[in-house]
Amino acid sequence: MRAETLLNLSLPALLLATALIAHWLDEPYIITLATRAAILALAAVGLNLALGLGGLVSLGHAAFFGIGGYAMGILAFHAQTFTPLWGLIEGTKSMPVIWLVAVVAAALAALVIGALSLRTSGVYFIMITLAFGQMLFYFAISWPTYGGEDGLSIYLRNDFPGVNTLLPLNYFLICFSLLAVVLVLFDRLAKSPFGLALQAARQTPARAEAVGLTPYRLRLVAFVISGAITGLAGALFADLNRFVSPNMLSWHMSGELIILIVLGGLARLSGPVAGAMLFITLEYFLEGLSTYWHVYLGAILLGVVLFARGGLIGLVAGREVAHD
Amino acid sequence: MTEVLLETRAICKRFGALQASKEVSLSLRAGEIHALIGPNGAGKSTLIAQISGALAPDSGSVIFEGRDITRLPTPARAKAGLARTFQISALAMEFTVLQNVVLGTLGARGGVYRFFGNVMRDKALLDRAEDALDQVGLSEFRNFVTAELSHGQRRQLEVAVALSLQPRVFVMDEPMAGLGAEGSHRLTGFLDGLRQRAPILLVEHDMDAVFALADRISVLVYGEVIATGTAAEIRANPEVREAYLGEEDAA
Amino acid sequence: MSAALLIEQLLNGLQFGVMLFLMAAGLTLIFGVMGLINLAHGSLYMIGAFAAAGTAALTGSFWLALAAALMAAALVGAIVEMVVIRRLYDRDHLDQVLATFALILIFSEGTRFLFGSLPLYLDTPDILSGPTTLPGGLDYSKYRLFIIGVGLAIAGGLFWLIGRTRLGIQIRAGEADREMIAALGVDIRKLYTLVFALGAALAGLAGAMIGAIQAVEVGMGEPVLILAFVVIVIGGIGSIKGAFIGALLVGLTDTLGRVLLPQVFGLIMDASSATTVGASLASMAIYILMAGILLFRPSGLFGGQT
Repeated sequence: MRAETLLNLSLPALLLATALIAHWLDEPYIITLATRAAILALAAVGLNLALGLGGLVSLGHAAFFGIGGYAMGILAFHAQTFTPLWGLIEGTKSMPVIWLVAVVAAALAALVIGALSLRTSGVYFIMITLAFGQMLFYFAISWPTYGGEDGLSIYLRNDFPGVNTLLPLNYFLICFSLLAVVLVLFDRLAKSPFGLALQAARQTPARAEAVGLTPYRLRLVAFVISGAITGLAGALFADLNRFVSPNMLSWHMSGELIILIVLGGLARLSGPVAGAMLFITLEYFLEGLSTYWHVYLGAILLGVVLFARGGLIGLVAGREVAHD
Repeated sequence: MTEVLLETRAICKRFGALQASKEVSLSLRAGEIHALIGPNGAGKSTLIAQISGALAPDSGSVIFEGRDITRLPTPARAKAGLARTFQISALAMEFTVLQNVVLGTLGARGGVYRFFGNVMRDKALLDRAEDALDQVGLSEFRNFVTAELSHGQRRQLEVAVALSLQPRVFVMDEPMAGLGAEGSHRLTGFLDGLRQRAPILLVEHDMDAVFALADRISVLVYGEVIATGTAAEIRANPEVREAYLGEEDAA
Repeated sequence: MSAALLIEQLLNGLQFGVMLFLMAAGLTLIFGVMGLINLAHGSLYMIGAFAAAGTAALTGSFWLALAAALMAAALVGAIVEMVVIRRLYDRDHLDQVLATFALILIFSEGTRFLFGSLPLYLDTPDILSGPTTLPGGLDYSKYRLFIIGVGLAIAGGLFWLIGRTRLGIQIRAGEADREMIAALGVDIRKLYTLVFALGAALAGLAGAMIGAIQAVEVGMGEPVLILAFVVIVIGGIGSIKGAFIGALLVGLTDTLGRVLLPQVFGLIMDASSATTVGASLASMAIYILMAGILLFRPSGLFGGQT
C-alpha cells in the first residue's frame, strides 16, 4: 500500500480514535476539539475542490461557511421563538433540513459570486472573492434582525432523528460521518471525467479549450460544489457552538481554511484532514503557551510556505501528487 | 476540384502599428497537406490563433465545412472537428501520458459533467486513447508522468492528443520543432499517411519536411500571403526566393 | 437634504477617497512592478498609525508623529521586503497570499504585544483643530481638509514621479518586462526594495493621518486593505490613474450611500426600517459597484487585458 493511501485511511481513523478515547476518559472538551477539527476539515475539503483541483485561490470561502452558519441560526431562531420567517416559513430544529437549506443557500451564493469573479483570474480573482466575502460580512454586521454584530445564539443543539445530539460524542459522530462521506465523494470526483477536465483546466487552460472543454464552466461548477460543501460545514460549526456571528464570515476564516489545506497538503485527499488536526493541535498547545500564539502560527506558516511546499502529507508521501 | 474543408477569407488582424494578418485567404482541401511557411514574425502564429479561435480577426472570416465559424469560441471549434497542436507543448504536466490523451477523447466524446465513475476505467475512452498513443509510438510510456517526458516525446504526445479528437481537420503549429533528424523523419512519415484521414494545415520551419510532405505551400511574409502553389511552383517563384528562401540561402 | 449637508458629505467622501488612494497606490505599484499580491499592506498602515500615536505620546508633536509614521512604515517595509517578500516574487499567488497572511498574524500579534490591546488616540495639532469656513459659508473640519490636501499633493507627486523621473521610467519598464530592465543595468533588487518601501510609506502615512480621526488599534488596517483591493479591481491593476479614480469612486459611493440610501428608503417605508435597510444596503454599495464594473470591464477601468 502506498504511503498516501495509508495516510488517507489512518488520519480519519486517528481523529475517530481521539474522540472515542476522550469519551472513554470522560474528556468532553477534547471531543469538542475533535468535532471542530472534523468540521474545519469538511469546510477545507470543500475549498480544496476549488483550490487544489481547480487552482482557484478563493479568499472568500468564509462567505459560504457563514451562509451555512446563518442558515442554521435563522432556521433555529424562528423555531425557538415560534415566529415564522416572513410570516410564512416555520423555523426548524431538524438537522437534515437545516443542512439541505445551508447547502442550497451556499451553492446559490457560490453561483453568483463565482459567475462574476471567474470572469477574471489570478490576483483579480483573489481580490474579488475577498471583496464579496467582506460584503456579506458587513451586511451581517449591519442587519440587526439576527443579532447584527453580536451574533445569534441558539438555546439547544438541533435534532437528528434517533440520535441524542446533546451528547458530545454523538454530535462528533454525526460530523465525522459527514466528513467521511464527503471525503469519499471528493475522491470519486477527483477521478471522474469532471475531475480530469477540471484539473486539466488548471494546468493548461489552452489545451482544455483546444479539446472542446470550457474552463469557465468547469470552474464555476467546481466553485458551486465547493461552496456547497463549505456551507454544510458552516451549519455544523454553528450547531457545535450553538452560536453564529459575523466572525464566521470574516476573511480570517477564509485565510484559515487556506492555511489548513496548505499545512496539510494541497490537492491531497487527506490534506484538509491533516491540516485541520494539525491546526487544532497547534491552537491547543500554542494557546496554552502564550496569549500571543498567532505569532507562532504566523511564523510556522511562513516557514512552511518558504521552505516546505507540499505540506504535512508531502513530507510523508513525497512531493508529487498521485494520479491513479 | 476537391472539397474545401477549411478556409480563411481575407482575414485582417492588427496590433497597434503592426499588421499581423493582411487579407489572408487560404484553403485546406480534403486529403491534402497545406503547409504555411514564412520567416519568423511573419504572422503564422497569429493566423493559427485566429483559425483555432484564440484570437478574433478584425475583419474577414473563417469558414469550416461551409459554415462561418469566425465568432465561434475555441471549444466549439474543437467540438466541430478542428484539432490543433501547440508550438510550445500545452500538456497537463502533472497528468500521466495516458491521462493527457484521455482528456482529448473525453473532450471529443462529451459527457464531461459526470462526477462519479473513474474516467481512467472508461473502456471506450481508453481504447481510443491507447490507439492514439500507439500511432505515435508512445504506448510504452503511457504511465509516465508527462513532466518526465523528453522534449521529443512531448511533441509526439501533442500529436497524439490531436489524434484522439478524431477531428475533421488538423491544424499543426510546428510539430517538428525541436525534434532530432530521426524524430522529424519519423513524424514526416506519419503525417504523410495521416492526410488521408483528415487534411492538415501545417505550420513548419523544417523545410525538408515541408517540401517532402506538402501538396500545396503558402508563403506568409509580413502578414501577407505572397504565394500559394505546389512545392515546385514555390521553389521557382522569384518573389518567394527573394523574400524568404533567398534569406535562407544567404544564411 | 440641504445643499450644505450634501457638500459636507461630498468632502467626507473625497477625504475617504484620497486616504484609500494612498493605500491603493502602493498596492497597485507593488503588484504592477513586482507581480506580488501583498495582504500585509494593511499592517503597514497599522504600523504607521501606531508609530505616530507612540511618537505623539512621547513628544507631543503631531508633525514629528507623521514623520515617524512615514519612516517606521518605510523601514519596516524595506526590512520585510529584504527578509521575506523578495523570496516570493517567483512564487505563485497562493504562496504570496499565505506568506503575507502569515505576516499579518505576526505584525498584529507583535503590535498587541508591544502596545497592548487598548486603542490609542492621536490628537490633531491645534492649527488643524476645529472647523474652518469654506467659500459659500459652509463650516468644515480643517483636519479633513488637510488630509484631502495631503492626499491630492501626493497623488500629484506620484504622477510626476512615475511619468517624469528616471525612477518612474525604471518602474514603468519593470512593469513591462523584468528582464529588459535588468538588461538596462538597473539594480532590480534595489528598485524592488525601493518601490516596496515607497508603498509602505504611503500606507503608513495614511494610517497616521486616519489615526487622528479613528482609534488606533490592532486590525485597523484590514478593512482598509480590502477596500483598497476593491479600488484596484475597479481601477485596474498597476494603474496609478486607475487607483486614483477608483479610490474617489469608492470613497464617494460609500460615504454618500450611507447618507442617501436610508433617506431614499424613507420615501417608501417607515423610518426605522428605512434606516435598517438603507444602512445594510449602504454597507454593500461599493461591492455592488465593483460587481457592476466587473460585468462590463473584467480588467478594471484602466487595466490592460487580462
